[in-house]
Amino acid sequence: MKTVSRWFQRNLIRIYAVVAFTYLFIPVAYTFAFSFNDSAKSNLVWKGFTFANWQNPCGAPEICSALGNSIKIGFLATLFSTILGTMIAFALGRHKFKGRSTTNLLIFLPMATPEIVLGASLLSLFLVFKINPGFWPTVIAHVLFCISFVVVTVKARIASLDPRLEQAAMDLYANERETFRRVTLPLVAPGIAAAALLAFSLSFDDFIITNFNSGTMTTFPKFVYTSAARGIPAQANVIGSSMFFLALAIVVIGQFVGRKRKVS
Amino acid sequence: MKKISTPYLLLIPGMGFLFTFFLLPLFNLAQTSTQTPVGGGDTGQYEQTFHFKNYIDAFVENREQFGRSFIYATIATVLALAIAYPLAYAIAFKGGKLKNFMLVLVVAPFFTSFLLRTIAWKQILGEEGFVVPTLRNLHIISQSTTLTSSAFAVVAGMTYNFLPFMTLPLYASIDRIDPRTLEASGDLYANGFTTFRKVTLPLSMPGVVAGTLLTFIPAAGDYVNAAILGSPQTKMLGNVIESRYFKIVDYPTAAALSFTLMAAILVLVTIYVRKAGTEELV
Repeated sequence: MKTVSRWFQRNLIRIYAVVAFTYLFIPVAYTFAFSFNDSAKSNLVWKGFTFANWQNPCGAPEICSALGNSIKIGFLATLFSTILGTMIAFALGRHKFKGRSTTNLLIFLPMATPEIVLGASLLSLFLVFKINPGFWPTVIAHVLFCISFVVVTVKARIASLDPRLEQAAMDLYANERETFRRVTLPLVAPGIAAAALLAFSLSFDDFIITNFNSGTMTTFPKFVYTSAARGIPAQANVIGSSMFFLALAIVVIGQFVGRKRKVS
Repeated sequence: MKKISTPYLLLIPGMGFLFTFFLLPLFNLAQTSTQTPVGGGDTGQYEQTFHFKNYIDAFVENREQFGRSFIYATIATVLALAIAYPLAYAIAFKGGKLKNFMLVLVVAPFFTSFLLRTIAWKQILGEEGFVVPTLRNLHIISQSTTLTSSAFAVVAGMTYNFLPFMTLPLYASIDRIDPRTLEASGDLYANGFTTFRKVTLPLSMPGVVAGTLLTFIPAAGDYVNAAILGSPQTKMLGNVIESRYFKIVDYPTAAALSFTLMAAILVLVTIYVRKAGTEELV
């Protein structure tokens, strides 16, 4: 008995981690399980096992066009916010200039503003300029809330670099541009990649800002929200689960590639 | 012409974007907030009359939802901190080779849309799920008690949804703690609890501050959890703003409420950051 309780005490924190992860994954597992539910329209009660939903993920009306929009918006928002955010991060992390604290404040403010305020204010701007909500307004809105997260992520990476590496390159007669291209950029690249992944996941999963600025265009989260009232088709669970496994695969492959590069 | 130096060249595009699509809209929203309906005009037509009383009317009319937003967000933040701290600690100090993998696991649920996960909770805890009937059969809850459509469900949903935002910054600052400082504390006869209170916790404060902000701010403005897991009695400020905008087309009230929410959050954040004593946030 004594050894059992001692084992528990020593491993308490590990047991806790297992419980916490279980809690995080219960709804994910539920979503995955119900993607196999043999339900006609509303996926509320277990009706039996089927592969039909996985064989026909676009079976529910509008679901794949909504998914397509989300992916397109996600890519564009990631591209623009990563470029703009990385540039700001380099300015903040590598240069001294006047107006630094104002810049920091302007980066922090969008993160301190609730999404609903960002969405509502942007919509009112579009309305004033008679721009109809839709695809591009949504892309702009997504770039807006992604930028700050990109800046923070890339800046942290730049701050953790050893400045002696760049000095060494300069000592070996590399000019500023070469040093940046062959030393600094490759070292910051993992940070940029992480920022891009974060931006894409924030954009893909966003509902509140999108709801304000997308007009009649549907995205995947909007599709889920509007169909929640009458029951979500099991195809939504198929897409949600696929995204989950896809993201895991990308991260695992990324880790593997990173490790290989380190070895060679 | 004088050459513009590199940092400004790097800043111009991004700052221009933030100016156009963040500051300008906020300014515009401020203008909207003091407008009044055009006499004899259609619904949704407003003119600028600098009617600052909009703010008072909007606040008085919705003070319940206002209070609820801040109470729910505070409880959810405290719960998320309590759940995430030991988890971040376990990953940082006991993760070993699995550290990176465990970090991925923290973020991974994000990719199954948060709406799908929230709806999954609604179904798991709802009438047709297995939890409620089991608890009723065991007489833990009465036959008429429900878990969904309640304040409990809304707060639980927010706690769950913002947990990764709390865990990641906590992990980042706990991971930076040199384990030798904890050993040193033990060598100086501090017990586990004292070591935590005097060494671990103070060293992880930047993570605690960043995590609470990243959780509290979106939680205070959230309306999705209240819409899916709540009832009309659990409506938050976000729900009011949303319906003012889309259902009632009452832009001035929505704008005034948005501003009041933002101002309240900024004031709270400033006080909190001062108290917690960390300057560099970004």
